[in-house]
Amino acid sequence: MLNKRLKTTFVAGVAALGLLAGLAHAAVTLNGAGATFPYPIYAKWAEAYKASSGMSLNYQSIGSGGGIKQIKAKTVDFGASDKPLSADELNDAGLLQFPMVMGGVVPVVNLEGVKPGELKLTGPILADIYLGKITEWNDAAIAKLNPGVKLPKDKISVVSRADGSGTTYIFTHYLSKVSPEFKEKIGNNTSVSWPAGVGGKGNEGVASYVERLKGAIGYVEYAYALQNKMTFAQMQNQAGKFVKPETTSFQAAAANADWAKTPGFALMLTDQAGEKSWPITGATFILVYKNQEKPETAREVLNFFAWAYDKGDKLATELDYVPMPDSVVKLVKDTWKKEIKDTGGKAVWTEATAQK
Amino acid sequence: MKNTRSEIPDSVLQRQRLLDRVFQGATTVSAILVLLILGGIIISLFVGGWQAITTFGAKFLYTNEWNPVTERFGALVPIYGTLVSSIIALIIAVPISFGIAVFLTEVAPQRLRRPIGTAVELLAAVPSIIYGMWGLFVFAPVMSTYVQPWLQEHFGNLWLVGHLFQGTMMGIGMLPAGIILGIMIIPFICAIMRDVFLTTPKFLKESAYALGATHWEVVWNVVLPYTRVGAVGGVFLGLGRALGETMAITFVIGNTHRFSASLFEPGNTISSTLANEFTEAVGDLHTSALIELGLVLFMITFVVLAVAKFLLFSLESRDGTKT
Repeated sequence: MLNKRLKTTFVAGVAALGLLAGLAHAAVTLNGAGATFPYPIYAKWAEAYKASSGMSLNYQSIGSGGGIKQIKAKTVDFGASDKPLSADELNDAGLLQFPMVMGGVVPVVNLEGVKPGELKLTGPILADIYLGKITEWNDAAIAKLNPGVKLPKDKISVVSRADGSGTTYIFTHYLSKVSPEFKEKIGNNTSVSWPAGVGGKGNEGVASYVERLKGAIGYVEYAYALQNKMTFAQMQNQAGKFVKPETTSFQAAAANADWAKTPGFALMLTDQAGEKSWPITGATFILVYKNQEKPETAREVLNFFAWAYDKGDKLATELDYVPMPDSVVKLVKDTWKKEIKDTGGKAVWTEATAQK
Repeated sequence: MKNTRSEIPDSVLQRQRLLDRVFQGATTVSAILVLLILGGIIISLFVGGWQAITTFGAKFLYTNEWNPVTERFGALVPIYGTLVSSIIALIIAVPISFGIAVFLTEVAPQRLRRPIGTAVELLAAVPSIIYGMWGLFVFAPVMSTYVQPWLQEHFGNLWLVGHLFQGTMMGIGMLPAGIILGIMIIPFICAIMRDVFLTTPKFLKESAYALGATHWEVVWNVVLPYTRVGAVGGVFLGLGRALGETMAITFVIGNTHRFSASLFEPGNTISSTLANEFTEAVGDLHTSALIELGLVLFMITFVVLAVAKFLLFSLESRDGTKT
């Protein structure tokens, strides 16, 4: 009796497993992994793309570091990273890199009586605040920039991101560019060693610390600041103009950047020229192999991204991401045609293959 | 009369013997599997952390610079934070758990025991992220506006411990993290204490009551000596959990790698450092240092468990000589 029951259970179990494996096999899924910052928009695009083409895409937001490791181990069809790999790193691994969507980092403050966009800051001042050199809001340097604003005597509570993130990467990249001292003492990375203040986990952690602490300053993703109506500061850009963080100022930064001359698109959009450019802007990147052993899968992956470039702008703006300017998209597509080949040396993707 | 043992057919006996052997084999395999998994974890932690171990050596354990940009890593701050937050948690949780356990076993009327006991056990089922959010959004403001000023006023100038209560009052830091950890481990310690207290034979307690002992005297002189071993075991189970807690701590500890003597200032623990940095650690040495950090936590937990076993062992042997 017992034996018989065991046997049936076993058989049923094996059958169930087999069925599951069969189901998993039946649907072709594109797999990607990496950065957490673009996860909401990639997920949204994947959903819309599935509805229009039937192709499903599975994106795991395991972090940029994980994304780079996964694509190098070839366990995924594409990797995603907030931190661009250098041209040398790309060549060593045989990878191609291109920017997918942009976002910006926005300084937010908690100052009594100061409205969103009222406070003006410059890069060097922001760097000195995060270096712990400027410690009070009524510091002469800040007061000089903000003649009409009543600055409280409060001490500045500096809030940073505790978890490694692309946001910190863009922010420290900017501060390193505008302040030699910041570059030397702290440097540029997804997580750095901050000399002052507290660290919150995630945008929501930073935001809640800023809201909690009187006289606090923090930095969050643009979308987060916008959706939570946080008190953002205006920043002075390279051209000396004060700008507000908004879609047009991010796109201005991207349009003014010299993508064509940068190998691997390894370009950070911080401190770009142009009167309208928001200085703390950054793109998030996709990594794929140049030589494709599975050209069909690669073609589907590129079809998806081509679709996202062409038809995904509206969804991106809805989620407060900033779409890449058309000039950059054209450059990226040209690079695909030139550089991504199958084993026979034939281009994997062209506009013609995308039509099918 | 066919039911005598000798008349059971051989085939049945054989099958039973076989089943017995299969059962024995299965349990042995499960037990060995635990050892294999444990060994596998240790080996992979060593392999993963090897680069950091060879680069920093013992300095990893006592330096406090943690800088992913220059790739210099010292784990003093997270190690200190892990130990201090767990100690604060124990200072808070042990007396409270003891109180609840005594109330539930000795003082409370019968009909109250079950609901209160269940309520305490339910606390254990709350996910740790809920404690973290509650800590950040509800507890931290209360802490910074009421508790911390009071603490600073009354303890801030004391000799030796005063500096623990100085510093900015943000409601985020080592002390709030320790308090929340304390709340989280209460159900674990309490449930075990209650269960072991219940094992005290009734006649012992009743004899003591008959001699005119108070509730407190019965608990302190009869119940505790009888259940010491189990109660200490419960405390160490709680400590083990406190050492490894991640999410709740990450929300309220402030996550900085700067060393500070004050309990009001932000700090870091091993597990929250891992949670914060592992996903975006791009450099090999950074990843390796994080894995070595995991190894250190493993060691700390191992030492704590070993000390606990040793304590229990010495208590047990002392019990033996007494009677």
